[in-house]
Amino acid sequence: MIFVNGEPRERAGATVAELLADLGIEASARGVAVAVDGEVVPRAEWGERRVNEGERVEALSAMQGG
Amino acid sequence: MAMDTEQQIPVTDTPFEIGGRTLRSRLILGTGGFKRLETLAEAIRATRAELVTIALRRIDPQARGSLTDVLDECGVELLPNTAGCFTARDAVVTAKLAREAFGTDWVKLEVIGDDRTLLPDAPELLLAAEELVADGFTVLPYTNDDPILARRLEDVGCAAVMPLGSPIGSGMGIRNPYNISLIVERANVPVILDAGVGTASDAALAMELGCDAVLCASAIARAHEPVAMAHAIRAAVEAGRLARGAGRIPRRLHAQASTPDEGLADLTPPVE
Repeated sequence: MIFVNGEPRERAGATVAELLADLGIEASARGVAVAVDGEVVPRAEWGERRVNEGERVEALSAMQGG
Repeated sequence: MAMDTEQQIPVTDTPFEIGGRTLRSRLILGTGGFKRLETLAEAIRATRAELVTIALRRIDPQARGSLTDVLDECGVELLPNTAGCFTARDAVVTAKLAREAFGTDWVKLEVIGDDRTLLPDAPELLLAAEELVADGFTVLPYTNDDPILARRLEDVGCAAVMPLGSPIGSGMGIRNPYNISLIVERANVPVILDAGVGTASDAALAMELGCDAVLCASAIARAHEPVAMAHAIRAAVEAGRLARGAGRIPRRLHAQASTPDEGLADLTPPVE
């Protein structure tokens, strides 16, 4: 079990790129950033970085704000 | 002073610089609170802003329309914020995520003390600013209207300081104009009045006090007619800037006639 944006998912072992694809986001998408367990995962590593059991993924994009 | 209404700024004004980037518009727009992206785009055009703030939030697969596409079409530069961060650590990670997402090392640094006031947490803010400057960021901190804190932020290498007029979204205007003046008097980096603007006159006052620019979101986004308010606040920023350059007259307690006494007609009737 891992967590993607707070939602539990049975996707341990998937790469960051695969998890983004689950959300309908392509690896080339602009304005997207990812953190795993509070650490930034640079875009260049999305294809290799596997998300391990229990890790928390935050997949973020541009939002209107102050 | 001649002013061409088609010009972005009064013809006699000069651009200003933040972190080596030249800006002609002295109004920075916050993109928060606009109900429709079309309204946001119209407001950007009305403010003639060159720089707009943006936030990072969890991807919403249901989101309609692309904010970044709209902002690209408007030709504005992005200033990512760290809104919602309560600790230096969260703010630093958020700034790094924004750098990844938007390809900019500029950041509007917000580190908030509590939900009720949204006032900056000074020690955490200073800590985050120092760390981000060391990491190569161009840091524009949202700060209290505290001249000493503003100086400390400048000392650690912030590219500008952005004191609040009053709490975010309160529309209470500039509660302590004396502190804003003290910050302006001392600062060697641009001072941008951030938060508290409720209507055009608040933005004019900020500029009259000597601020280099105004950052405004809610006053425009939540106005009954956002685009009209965008025009009004843009005009107010220009008016305040011109007035600051022109120099206000000193305040005095008693009246001083603007019509001379000399040559005043003697209209007394003859004594019987």
